[in-house]
Amino acid sequence: MARIIVVTSGKGGVGKTTTSAAIAMGLAKKGHKTAVIDFDVGLRNLDLIMGCERRVVYDFVNVINGEATLNQALIRDKNCNQLYILPASQTRDKDALSQEGVGKILEELKKDFKYIVCDSPAGIEKGAHLAMYFADDAFIVTNPEVSSVRDSDRMLGILSSKSRRAEQNEEPIKEYLLLSRYSPGRVKLGEMLSLEDVQDILSLHLLGVIPESKSVLNASNSGMPVILDEKSDAGQAYADIVDRYLGEERPHRFIDEDKGFFRKLFGGK
Amino acid sequence: MSLLDYFKTSKTSTASLAKERLQILVAHERTSRNQPSYLPQMQKELLDVIRKYINVGQDAISVSFEQDEDQETLELNIVLPDLPIKHT
Repeated sequence: MARIIVVTSGKGGVGKTTTSAAIAMGLAKKGHKTAVIDFDVGLRNLDLIMGCERRVVYDFVNVINGEATLNQALIRDKNCNQLYILPASQTRDKDALSQEGVGKILEELKKDFKYIVCDSPAGIEKGAHLAMYFADDAFIVTNPEVSSVRDSDRMLGILSSKSRRAEQNEEPIKEYLLLSRYSPGRVKLGEMLSLEDVQDILSLHLLGVIPESKSVLNASNSGMPVILDEKSDAGQAYADIVDRYLGEERPHRFIDEDKGFFRKLFGGK
Repeated sequence: MSLLDYFKTSKTSTASLAKERLQILVAHERTSRNQPSYLPQMQKELLDVIRKYINVGQDAISVSFEQDEDQETLELNIVLPDLPIKHT
């Protein structure tokens, strides 16, 4: 049975697209046929992070409007043949996505794919609403920072009341926390909310902590999802997250300063 | 550097300040999240009806919605004016 995962946060700039690209690649590399969809209509960026920006011919809205078939619009990833990307449209029409159109496409994808990752835009407008509406699982990307935690909590309220599962009284969406841009050193100094602080407020199932890392910018510069940088801390954090999501036991890492510090000393990236 | 020292030595770190602020804010937002969206409009319409019969001020009426495990309570509170009401 296919599962639809929404990567969401409310707040912008916390790492939704980075996360969507990384976990979609991670799932696909594990052998699961995966599609990743950019819901940020008008501000397409997943294509850049995935490094397929020059291969975009048709987009999500073309498929909804019947101007292209799903197979024409899906871009096969250059690094992994189990991974396909559906880019967002660059149209400025806010109503380009419709609930019916999105529902139809997801139904079609579910026949062929194991995982469908929906990269939500920031905010709580239509794109964000449609990205989460059909989801089975929600990855809440949160930074240890007041505005991000608040917006995540607001997003949780929306997931539990405005989603298809909520409206049809089905089993609720499974919600997971991904705490990103974490700096154990700053947490120790009392300058940053700790994992425990964030969990005291959100109390979600923790899928993983992603440390603040230079490798994320390097990855986006080169159009390679950071999970492919297997030596990097962020890449490893995302690999752990994919394993945990798939039900494997992985001890949590990157929470305490020591490890990061020693890794720095001994030449890790 | 002096600023950094200040945060290091002060009893309450900025992180604990952040947590405290968030806890209060999030608790508040969660209670208002569960309120039905028709509440403000209903309050306005109720006020209009009451004012047809009784001369009360804009703030004479308060509507609150509370929810616990097994019941929802809608509380309507109208403050009547001190002056005796003239019956015609």
